[in-house]
Amino acid sequence: MKARVTVTLKNGVLDPQGKAIEGALKSLGIDGVGSVRQGKVFDIEFTAGDKAAAESALKDACEKLLANTVIENYRVEIGA
Amino acid sequence: MKAAVVTFPGSNREGDVATALRQAGATVTHVWHADMELPAGTDLVVLPGGFSYGDYLRCGAIAGRAHIMDATRAHAARGGYVLGICNGFQIACEAGLLPGVLARNANLKFVCKRQHLTVERADTVFTRAYAKGQVIDVCIAHGEGNYIVDPETLARLEGEGLVAFRYADADGRVTVEADPNGSLNGIAGIYSPGFNVLGLMPHPENLIDSLTGGTDGRGIFESLVSGKKAA
Repeated sequence: MKARVTVTLKNGVLDPQGKAIEGALKSLGIDGVGSVRQGKVFDIEFTAGDKAAAESALKDACEKLLANTVIENYRVEIGA
Repeated sequence: MKAAVVTFPGSNREGDVATALRQAGATVTHVWHADMELPAGTDLVVLPGGFSYGDYLRCGAIAGRAHIMDATRAHAARGGYVLGICNGFQIACEAGLLPGVLARNANLKFVCKRQHLTVERADTVFTRAYAKGQVIDVCIAHGEGNYIVDPETLARLEGEGLVAFRYADADGRVTVEADPNGSLNGIAGIYSPGFNVLGLMPHPENLIDSLTGGTDGRGIFESLVSGKKAA
């Protein structure tokens, strides 16, 4: 079973990397870009197929390691 | 003063900080990150600078979950001293020993230069060899030193006098221009509420010999050694 965790900066936390990417996109002439925020994606494969167990394990993983909840939010998606 | 200097994969300042501690008169033992326990009688745990785990995930994130950090948290909870320098400060924050986060420098640049700091208080075990308000000249070398914390915690840090050092100019003025990385209120280092844990981004261990640029960093190590609690 595959899962995806997305970690993003909370609103209001300065994202200098996102700003730099935003500037680069604008300088490439890519139209309509208002702002860019950079985040992280983790693709995680589970050996067992228990969706509820995976969801609780991923929440634990995010709280303990994958996200720093002082400045980051996380989202968990579980696929097939 | 018995100091245990922890080496993580990617630490690179453990030798320099050990030299600074020994110069001040401390006994130094090197400890490996996978060790479960600190040496018996450890007074001070030092988390040195470097690039633990290649700064993967977030600076200090993986090292902050190392086995030795459980022992370090227990040591701090007993009132034992912990000093985190640069990557060690990042590790201390990730390990929950200190609040906040060291985020990417606001200007996105790795800053490596001499930097003045103000010593905010001189009544702690880490700073008693300095004078309150003293301006010291040390080194900084980091890409993620931008201290960020939520407004409530920032107010508590300021209210309880837990800011240890601030970035300043040579005259001790804490200004936006003197802040090399965008840190809130120019914060370069903070204490735990019990003043037994200190984390700072600058490298005092670089400035312990006039042969290599100055001795303003010695005060921290001398403070620790002469400030040892009676056994």
